[in-house]
Amino acid sequence: MPPEDQRRLRLRFSKFGKIRFTSHRDVARMWERALRRGGVRMAYSQGFAPHPLVSFGLALPTGCESMGEYLDLRLDPAEPGDTPVDELAPALSALLPDGIDVQAAALVEKGEGSLQQEVASCDWELEVLEVPGEELQERVEKILASPVLTVRRERKGRPVADDIRPAILALELTGAQGRLRAELATHPRGVRPADVLAALGTDKVPARACRTHQWIERDGTRFEPLPVEWPAGTAVAEQNARRALPHVRAGNQPDPRGSRPRGAWEQ
Amino acid sequence: MDSLWPQIERLLPGVSKPARYIGGEQGALCPEHGPGRVAWLLLYPDTYEIGLPNQGLQILYEILNERPDAVAERAYAPWVDMEAAMRAAGVPLFSVEQHLPAAAFDVLAFNLAAELVYTNVLNLIDLAGVPLHTGDRGPADALVLAGGHCAFNPEPLADFVDAFVMGDGEEVVGEINEVVAAWLAGDRGERLDLLRSLAGVEGVYVPALYTASYEDGRLVGTQPNDPAAPAEVTKRTVADLADWPYPARPLVPLTEVVHDRLNVEVFRGCTRGCRFCQAGMITRPVRERPAAQVRELVNRGLEWTGHDEVALTSLSTADFSGIEDTVRDIVDEPSHGGRVSVSLPSLRVDAFTVGTAAQIQKVRRTGLTFAPEGGTWRMRTVINKLITEEDLYGAVDAAFSQGWRRVKLYFLIGLPTERDEDVRGIAELGARCTEIGRRYHKSVTVVASVGGFVPKAHTPFQWFGQDTAAELERKVALLRAEARGAKGLTIRWHDPAASVAEGLASRGDRRTGAVIERVWRAGGTFQEWSERFDLGLWESALEAEGLSLSEVCHRERDQSEALPWDHISAGLHRDFLWGDWQDALAGAGVEDCRWTPCYDCGACTGFGVEHVVASAVPPAGGSQGTGQDLRQGDRIPVRLVGRAS
Repeated sequence: MPPEDQRRLRLRFSKFGKIRFTSHRDVARMWERALRRGGVRMAYSQGFAPHPLVSFGLALPTGCESMGEYLDLRLDPAEPGDTPVDELAPALSALLPDGIDVQAAALVEKGEGSLQQEVASCDWELEVLEVPGEELQERVEKILASPVLTVRRERKGRPVADDIRPAILALELTGAQGRLRAELATHPRGVRPADVLAALGTDKVPARACRTHQWIERDGTRFEPLPVEWPAGTAVAEQNARRALPHVRAGNQPDPRGSRPRGAWEQ
Repeated sequence: MDSLWPQIERLLPGVSKPARYIGGEQGALCPEHGPGRVAWLLLYPDTYEIGLPNQGLQILYEILNERPDAVAERAYAPWVDMEAAMRAAGVPLFSVEQHLPAAAFDVLAFNLAAELVYTNVLNLIDLAGVPLHTGDRGPADALVLAGGHCAFNPEPLADFVDAFVMGDGEEVVGEINEVVAAWLAGDRGERLDLLRSLAGVEGVYVPALYTASYEDGRLVGTQPNDPAAPAEVTKRTVADLADWPYPARPLVPLTEVVHDRLNVEVFRGCTRGCRFCQAGMITRPVRERPAAQVRELVNRGLEWTGHDEVALTSLSTADFSGIEDTVRDIVDEPSHGGRVSVSLPSLRVDAFTVGTAAQIQKVRRTGLTFAPEGGTWRMRTVINKLITEEDLYGAVDAAFSQGWRRVKLYFLIGLPTERDEDVRGIAELGARCTEIGRRYHKSVTVVASVGGFVPKAHTPFQWFGQDTAAELERKVALLRAEARGAKGLTIRWHDPAASVAEGLASRGDRRTGAVIERVWRAGGTFQEWSERFDLGLWESALEAEGLSLSEVCHRERDQSEALPWDHISAGLHRDFLWGDWQDALAGAGVEDCRWTPCYDCGACTGFGVEHVVASAVPPAGGSQGTGQDLRQGDRIPVRLVGRAS
């Protein structure tokens, strides 16, 4: 365990658009570089190859988007303690690639568990456009009525059969065309949105998945590790509302002469 | 032209490592295309993770995008699964920045860093929707260019590439842009007019304007067939690297790539004179970047990228004047917070001083790599890699005593005059290195990595008859048997069959193009990937074309024979190369002309350029351990950095 004098900083960020095709490891590398560029004074591990003490929450599968990803980092004990936490979010967003935006930053109380331990379930929004609505409703009902739902997947190079039904806490159509909401448990064995999509019979076609919330449960109530409001009209909320065109970001016209336009996706 | 992203996006969930197709790197530019701007698609004919770090491509990318009359984007070879998905969906080759189709570009410019990628070049031209053969292209088709080290024998790709560029690209890329811009402004006249104009640019070779003649199935010469084409095309050389501090904003990828670090080129060219080394021959003379500019590029680059590792790159970085001071300045720089590590690829074995090792070690000890190349002193005199055993053991002792536990040694087998004792010598050297290591640590690893030698154009070994795959395999087996039982010593080797295919693409003449085309048509892409390489494809293609490996690869040439690259000049006199070949066979070494009188290889005198170095005296141990007298001569073409010249 790291020493108690290392304060822990928690950051919440979103991942939208083209960058959803980067992996969990890729995102970790982006963060390391951005934190170094931002001059955030991190604590480092001891030993042969010291590395910054950063821990990420549940891995987001490659190809999925998210409104709420998290990381915790340990601050250098020698750090003077005057890092203005409020200013970190916009400063780091500017240093991170397009599609990753920091929404909140806060110091974590001593004694709080790690993200991996604490997060019990996640909400997902799934989009299945090629199945007609009525049939989709039937498939959802069939899944919910099944006592057991076996999916075959690979673990440590071996094919295994897992029952994912207990981990599907909720599954419903939202009303928007092809849009579903799912709540999936993370313990004891997590279920991936791809498993649910496969169970819905859409594994071969491009379907979209977005993690909308991660939930911690304590004493019968559930809350997010760092809650944020999504004020209507902001770029990301807007985007989430119109996820049929999710890679569009507001205010990112290409620079006429190309001098590093931040947000210069082509649309 | 519209972005292909909506179509590409549908393919990505089904392919491996989709992040290599999304672009969005820090430093990526989305330039606005339009009239009056030549649109370049810079292509690296291998996967994104291999191609992205390529410095040559990044340099040209910045230089072109700074011009008001040019725009440049990048593309890489889609992996096999993505290519299949693209072809099935009718998606052509696209740029990673704005996902524009290749058809939106006026120029497709390939970086040729290795010969085995040639089938990928053909595949990318095809995926771009451009006719494969130069003769089938019309005014509306993109101009296909290629540059890089492999361009120095352009003939195997002569059927597919409209023009090759020899040597440093920084200056010539602008001249080419002007020629293309003028042709586009003139409403794309005859394609031949464009080719003729390009042939007038120094360093540009237009194969269609030359005819290769054969007698009795053997090349006898390559001559211009058009008055616009010079009899000999000579390479371009940037006189002073200080004029070109690029890349200034290196690309930082979103996903994992090879060499995932900041790279700063500290000098170009090398005059160590290793006879097997094409890079050392074709990039002469030595041009150092001023140390102050190196420091600035390092500091700015680390700040810009957020990397915590910088590689100081060159063909032999330990030869950089004042390398110890430069490394110390980087490691001690307060703004780096003591967290930056420096890596020095291609270390010289002899002069790797304990001081430099200790400085790098302060931060992080990566593995150390040395390249003695030959297993015995006799072998090393033949290849002019004049490292004594004492040099090697001294360097390895320094490494292990400084705390490293892993040392990698590079060797070549299949060298001219090689005997079995030279091969066995590799195991002896390796075993001895593990013994040295165990004086300091309980357990150490020494990896001897062995490659099959491939003779290259414009080197003293260009006349040599390459070993057959069977002979290389025999030598590998010999070496493995010899190394058996040596604790801590691991032998790794490259596929001998791949060395032979590389030899074919390296020294083949114009007729090799048909072979490459057959291999590509048979599905032979990504041939430099061991899991994809298939010698059978090459052998059957050779047979179908009436050519043979014994003729192209395994046959020793004599002095009078016409070579496929005789009309291309890297500045080196043919007589110099032949003399050096004879010296090699006689086991005679040659000194480094940075610090000794000129022996007139031709590289400086032919171009009116000279070595640019900060110190006219060799570094400690710089004699390569031969005890040669390296006193400064009086006819050295050396210009000192930072002084009036």
